[in-house]
Amino acid sequence: MTKRSIELTVNGRLRKATVPPRMLLSDFIRQELSLPGTHVGCEHGVCGSCNVVVNGQAVRSCLMFAVQAEGAEITTVEGLAQGDALHPIQQAFWEEHGLQCGFCTPGMLATAQELLAQNPDPSDDEIREAISGNLCRCTGYEFIISAIRSAAAKLREANTETTLQPV
Amino acid sequence: MKPSAFQYERPEDLQAALALLASGEDTRILAGGQSLVPMMNYRLAQPDVLVDINRLSELDYIKDDGDVIAIGALARHAAIKSSSLIQAHLPIIAEAYSWIAHAAVRNRGTLCGNLCHADAASEMPAIMQILEAEMVVSKVGSNRTVAARDFFVGVYETTIEADEILTEVRLPKPGAGTGWGFEEVAMRRGDYAWCTVVATLRLSDGRIAEPRIALAGVEDCATRLAAAETALKGQAPNASLFDDVAEAAAKATRPSASATSDAAYKRDLVRALLPRVLNDAVARST
Repeated sequence: MTKRSIELTVNGRLRKATVPPRMLLSDFIRQELSLPGTHVGCEHGVCGSCNVVVNGQAVRSCLMFAVQAEGAEITTVEGLAQGDALHPIQQAFWEEHGLQCGFCTPGMLATAQELLAQNPDPSDDEIREAISGNLCRCTGYEFIISAIRSAAAKLREANTETTLQPV
Repeated sequence: MKPSAFQYERPEDLQAALALLASGEDTRILAGGQSLVPMMNYRLAQPDVLVDINRLSELDYIKDDGDVIAIGALARHAAIKSSSLIQAHLPIIAEAYSWIAHAAVRNRGTLCGNLCHADAASEMPAIMQILEAEMVVSKVGSNRTVAARDFFVGVYETTIEADEILTEVRLPKPGAGTGWGFEEVAMRRGDYAWCTVVATLRLSDGRIAEPRIALAGVEDCATRLAAAETALKGQAPNASLFDDVAEAAAKATRPSASATSDAAYKRDLVRALLPRVLNDAVARST
């Protein structure tokens, strides 16, 4: 079927491509943009591995077509770190052993990113509910919950420092 | 796990979308895509033409329309869940959403799409029936309004035709003092419901008025429990009445077994959850 041209911003960079309408956003990110950090697990919206942040919201990239992302701003796991410095959420996952095989991690990070943007100090129950749509088969989730709790504290501290800096 | 090829159309207004649906081709509407796209990935759905309505911003609203809250076709679950209008007038919907899917799915999925999908385990068709919602269905040149009780026909089946869009759901604001209850059992929070029981009622001189009760996830289609409503109407709330009503409802229901829960267990859930829902509804009515 007729291919369509799209333009979108991924990790701060403007990307243009021509895609068949049936191409899933997840496949587009991995194959066309060569950003394989977004993982594809179930491909029917259950596992959450492919979650990315689209216009500030975590979404399943296997349940969107790339053509629908025309004009969108997308952050994938590759967009989190600044050079060699891990994003505070990534750093917290590292420190708290929030991953083992790492397959679910990019989706967990996208979910955590949205949660902490909306709720800087979530309770453990709120963290559990937020990640209930992301399956992890290694960790038993406890370390992921600790990691998100720790990331929340890091981000709150970073925000306080920013606010307290003299003008 | 890749969808088959389709022609993609992204109309900029409702009239253009309706014209595409009227073309006579095998079209499907793409709104949130949280049910349709999985079906396309599995190739259970293989439409020739996909009409993406995500740019129809005219349908993206939750508005106060006098005695009614009107929700447009493009209103996402997440927006409805956090809407102050919904929290003020229809808290049962806000509560139900904490049981429906997960944040990433609620960010994309729409209420109207969910209702058109008509999954037997979906909570909202039951809630639409107790709220006595009206569904505004549009096609080229005309609109029609369908009562929620007539909208849902069976498993994945509604009265909507291939050339129509469910453009708006109209939810009457419950009368002053209306109490509500919601209970669900599922394998995991956000998963398909094994049994959802919802109810609203009022108390008038200490007696139950306007009881409305519905089940989801139990039978092939969300259903109002007319016999239970009749048994409760005009009665003073009490534990043995609620137990009797729940016992009768559990016997009368025709549960459909699924891979993860059998019919007998669903009957047990109706028996257990119905009194809790009624107690909550009484406690919340003033």
